[in-house]
Amino acid sequence: MSDTVISVDQLCKSYWIKHQLQSGRKQGQQYERFSEVLTRAISAPFRRRKAEEVAASREEFWALKDVSFEVKRGDVLGVIGRNGAGKSTLLKVLSRITEPTTGRVEIDGRVASLLEVGTGFHPELTGRENVFLNGAILGMSRMEIKRKFDEIVAFAEVEKFLDTPVKRYSSGMYVRLAFSVAAHLEPEILIVDEVLAVGDAQFQKKCLGKMRDVSRNDGRTIIFVSHNLHVVQSLCSKGVLLAGGAVQALGPTSEVIAGYLKSLQSGFKIGVEHRQDRQGAGDIQFTEIEMLDQYGHRIENAISGQQLTLRLHYRTKADQPYRNCRVSVSAHANGVVYFLLSTELVRSDELVLQGRGHLDCIVPELPLSRGEYYLNPFVESNKVVQDLVEGAGQLSVVDGDFYGHGRNYPPGWEGIGVLVRHDWKW
Amino acid sequence: MAKLIIEAGQARKHYWRDLWRYRELFYFLAWRDLLVRYRQTAIGLTWAILRPLLTMIVLTVIFGRVAKLTVPGVPQPILVLAGMLPWQFFSNSLSDSSNSLVANANLISKIYFPRLVVPTSSLLVNLVDFFISFVMLLVLFVWYHYPLTWHFLFLPPLVVLGFLAALGPGLFITALNVKYRDFKYVIPFIVQFGLLVSPVGFSSSLVTERWGVLCRLLYSLNPVVGVIDGFRWAICPKEPFYWPGFVVSLAVIGLMLAYGLNYFRRMERAFADII
Repeated sequence: MSDTVISVDQLCKSYWIKHQLQSGRKQGQQYERFSEVLTRAISAPFRRRKAEEVAASREEFWALKDVSFEVKRGDVLGVIGRNGAGKSTLLKVLSRITEPTTGRVEIDGRVASLLEVGTGFHPELTGRENVFLNGAILGMSRMEIKRKFDEIVAFAEVEKFLDTPVKRYSSGMYVRLAFSVAAHLEPEILIVDEVLAVGDAQFQKKCLGKMRDVSRNDGRTIIFVSHNLHVVQSLCSKGVLLAGGAVQALGPTSEVIAGYLKSLQSGFKIGVEHRQDRQGAGDIQFTEIEMLDQYGHRIENAISGQQLTLRLHYRTKADQPYRNCRVSVSAHANGVVYFLLSTELVRSDELVLQGRGHLDCIVPELPLSRGEYYLNPFVESNKVVQDLVEGAGQLSVVDGDFYGHGRNYPPGWEGIGVLVRHDWKW
Repeated sequence: MAKLIIEAGQARKHYWRDLWRYRELFYFLAWRDLLVRYRQTAIGLTWAILRPLLTMIVLTVIFGRVAKLTVPGVPQPILVLAGMLPWQFFSNSLSDSSNSLVANANLISKIYFPRLVVPTSSLLVNLVDFFISFVMLLVLFVWYHYPLTWHFLFLPPLVVLGFLAALGPGLFITALNVKYRDFKYVIPFIVQFGLLVSPVGFSSSLVTERWGVLCRLLYSLNPVVGVIDGFRWAICPKEPFYWPGFVVSLAVIGLMLAYGLNYFRRMERAFADII
């Protein structure tokens, strides 16, 4: 038996994106109506839709482009990348939910995938019933579930509520039970999408421990997607970095993570306006982030302890006022949030955005030590997320004089933690 | 274990083997649907008996008193139930299986399993309802002291036939429903219309009497006709079994099943992308 359990060879997957050319279709309607097809056929029965017309109404989008890699037995492979990089599509193809457009995957062993916690849980059914149902959906036999039932319940810590419908569960209990069922599958290959983002920290730890046990002790193979770089770093032996549907880096986890962080920073060069990998409704979008010093001059590097102004340029899709807006920008490095600057924290009056314009966020004394940080701008209107661009801007901080006597963090401490004004007495 | 190979457009070699591996899922999904249906209801399982009972009473009155469907020597309710049982099974199965995929969209887009399990297991639920109604029929037999004949032995294969008759169009419509959601509005129409053109409230021999043999054969193109005629023959055998019509219905059922299955399998690959 060979040591390679998964080999992915030049995998491609394309989707057709429909544009809203067809008249009369309501916004947000995803699927095609049969009546639309019918009216089209009746109104022009002999006219075949011209090639250009078809091409104009839809566009091919490559979610995966020539993805190739191999996974060995017992490996824990971390898949990282920005939103829209193709991570979820890759997992969907590997778990046979959707077919690839071209390319080939060979898998040697029983696969179980956990793309979402609690898929198939029915709110009306009790915990006990859901364990059986969910187990069967994930591919366990009834005997297998019976044998592991006690173990599953003990792991989830829901013994007392076994005969309560899960709709009455707290969300934590729900997630625990759902993960527990999946964790007790005994597949040779386990595919896990960002499912640990839910649940409390303690349970997350327990789940990670369980996954680690599974890979180390039983020699199982795990493919794991997460945005939490710490988890990827500690759990995975190898990493794959996806960007725009293609493999950008492949190798030891720490190298791949370093590549990812770099790519987040280079995203700055693309320009916020043209970034595709953004989240939110998109009615309001950021177009640029500028850094200004206390005199209003544009700067490349921010100085520790000096005043910094972040100027967020935005544009609204329609020329109408978007009410009740909340804008924030957060600074990150190494997967850790350093601080959040949010309009609602310091202002209580309503923010209305319309047309083009900019907002200035003034930080009087930048509490960051020397290092590279990146900025995630965010905007919502009436509680609807409009735009979120990860790594939209790079914040390079150089040594300054935060403490007012010319001394800085000792070597090796740069870029770790925020600077806090403090005093010592003796 | 054999290697699993995922490729574009590959004919799924392991399709039937996969289906066999997931055989317990048929049962679990049906079990879930049954449990959920009677959860948080005031009278719970009583509904399972009450629903067919009330339908039977209404139809007995309508078809017996108003439409004057009578066969000498056969108690009215038995006559009606013999046609109603297979029709109810067929129509409920058709509507349930047609909506099954969309109703389970969250499963389809997150987990792999042979998609055929979903519409088929919704038929199993209706099979349970069918058996409950069937027990009612047996009670009527005892009540009217009506004799059972050896024809009864043919009921199980006829039930299977009814199952397959619903499965063919059910698979076709559920696959269409994934792509074009407005098909769910078509089903109630088909079901209502079907009740009128199927021999639920009258006997198929009436067609021969009025319009001749050719019409009877044409009439049998309706797959439910064969099933209902079969049921009548098995439950209250007053007329000889009409073979030509049955063979026509059988052929139509077979064709529809083959087409439905083929269409479903062709569409199946894209379900997760468009649902």
